[in-house]
Amino acid sequence: MRKFDTKVQYLKYKVLREVARQAWNDTLLENLLEIPKIIVPGKEPTMRCCVYKERAILSERVKLAMGGDPNNHNCIEVIDIACDECPIGGYEVTNACRGCLAHRCEDVCKRGAITFDHNHSAHIDKSKCVECGACAKVCPYGAITDNVRPCVRSCKVKAISMDEDRTAVIDNDKCISCGACVYQCPFGAIMDKSYILNVIDMLKKSEKNSKYKVYAVVAPSIASQFTYAKLGQVVSGIKALGFFTVVEAALGADMVAFAEAKELAEKGFLTSSCCPAFVDYIKKQFPDLAPYISHNLSPVATISKYMKEKEPDCKIIFIGPCTAKKMEFKKEEVKPYIDSVITFEELQALFDSRGIDITLMNEDVLDNASYYGRIFARSGGLSDAVKQGLKEQGLENFDLKAVPCDGIDACRIALLKASKRVLDGNFIEGMACSGGCIGGAGCLTHGEKNKAEVDKYGKEAMEKNIYDAISVLK
Amino acid sequence: MKITVCIGSSCHLKGSRNVVEELQYLIAENNLKDKVELGGTFCMGKCQDGVCVTVDDKFYSVSPETVKEFFDKEVLAKV
Repeated sequence: MRKFDTKVQYLKYKVLREVARQAWNDTLLENLLEIPKIIVPGKEPTMRCCVYKERAILSERVKLAMGGDPNNHNCIEVIDIACDECPIGGYEVTNACRGCLAHRCEDVCKRGAITFDHNHSAHIDKSKCVECGACAKVCPYGAITDNVRPCVRSCKVKAISMDEDRTAVIDNDKCISCGACVYQCPFGAIMDKSYILNVIDMLKKSEKNSKYKVYAVVAPSIASQFTYAKLGQVVSGIKALGFFTVVEAALGADMVAFAEAKELAEKGFLTSSCCPAFVDYIKKQFPDLAPYISHNLSPVATISKYMKEKEPDCKIIFIGPCTAKKMEFKKEEVKPYIDSVITFEELQALFDSRGIDITLMNEDVLDNASYYGRIFARSGGLSDAVKQGLKEQGLENFDLKAVPCDGIDACRIALLKASKRVLDGNFIEGMACSGGCIGGAGCLTHGEKNKAEVDKYGKEAMEKNIYDAISVLK
Repeated sequence: MKITVCIGSSCHLKGSRNVVEELQYLIAENNLKDKVELGGTFCMGKCQDGVCVTVDDKFYSVSPETVKEFFDKEVLAKV
């Protein structure tokens, strides 16, 4: 049974699970310093040079599992002692170079940066090289490698650099908290802060939902997660943790699709506001386009607002694939509606901290939203929903030209064009993660089938139209 | 008078949308918009008895088939 993509995720999970376990038992403070030893017992190192370093890093992971550095507002943090200070040399010739005769590398290099030594082995003159990568592509032996740190490569907004000790540092003025580096760092040296302790505290103090009710609002990408069990069993598991009930964020997406379609028809040009990392990206890199960000709250904030207005003393926890949501819920305009945010990884840790095996549970039901609300989880879904929203409101005359952007690179291109007024489109659907929310850093697994899973889940919705799903909310 | 209909998953699958829409229609038809407030909630903890409806905190089990009868007896007669 494969629950995670990587062993880094598994390690992070073990820490979260142990912290949660201690918190449920009210023994966290007592056993805080023991947790690294519980996770790495014995004297033999399994990951690093020695158990002491392993435990030192685990202590840092425990801190992050408990909410991280309160002085750093970003929910993404570097664990400096975990950073392996990977090479950063750029393109380099390795000893796989056979000293051949063809010299394709030399011919393709427009800068004349390739020279050969007395063994005919290639060398790159760094003063001339512009890191274009052409030589690496043509080498028949694959002897030229690109030494870029995985964190740097994953960070499409170029927020990661090195400090004087060659440790990774995040520029919070650029970082959009998408979590790509968290998922990509092979040493697990970058982590998202966790608010599981707040969630456990809220659940405990609700005294089984008698003091106040605790609602879980789940992202539609959940359809592609916990694939070892049925979705209905996940819902049962969430309730077994002590949540009063589970509501689909996709219902908020239905509401957004309707409102956004109307807003678009009125304003003529809009960028979506669902993805907090995309919104943050516009504000940080394209401030001139900020006025065109849809004024709608995100789907989860929209449904949570509805719920809080009906029941002001309830607590709402968002469970999703997204690390940037951990920033969104702290914004002034969202703060009143969402009490905390956890990821699917953290939900798995919470299940196991309580010994809840969801595969053994009965299947509960989850059905609030329409097909269109549910497909927000994958790239292109929001555009489809806005198109439908225009249709259902009799606004078909508006000529929708949606530009679905899959990943922050695509977002950048569309925003650049829009800023120069050469974009062929009037609605930018921006999703920072590759594939949309199903590619989120807080997902347990990322796979080819995830998009199909979301579409399947969409089709299972009882309501086929957006209006049918939201008509009950009037 | 405040009518609350559960629109949580379980009641939704049992037809809470039809119940809500029918009540919206009946309230409008009887010109009760000023006197009756209709709202939704996600779960009343009695999923077995869905579609769950409360009228001023008194609980009723309603279905799309019985909503007209419920409205006449519990809403129209008492408002």
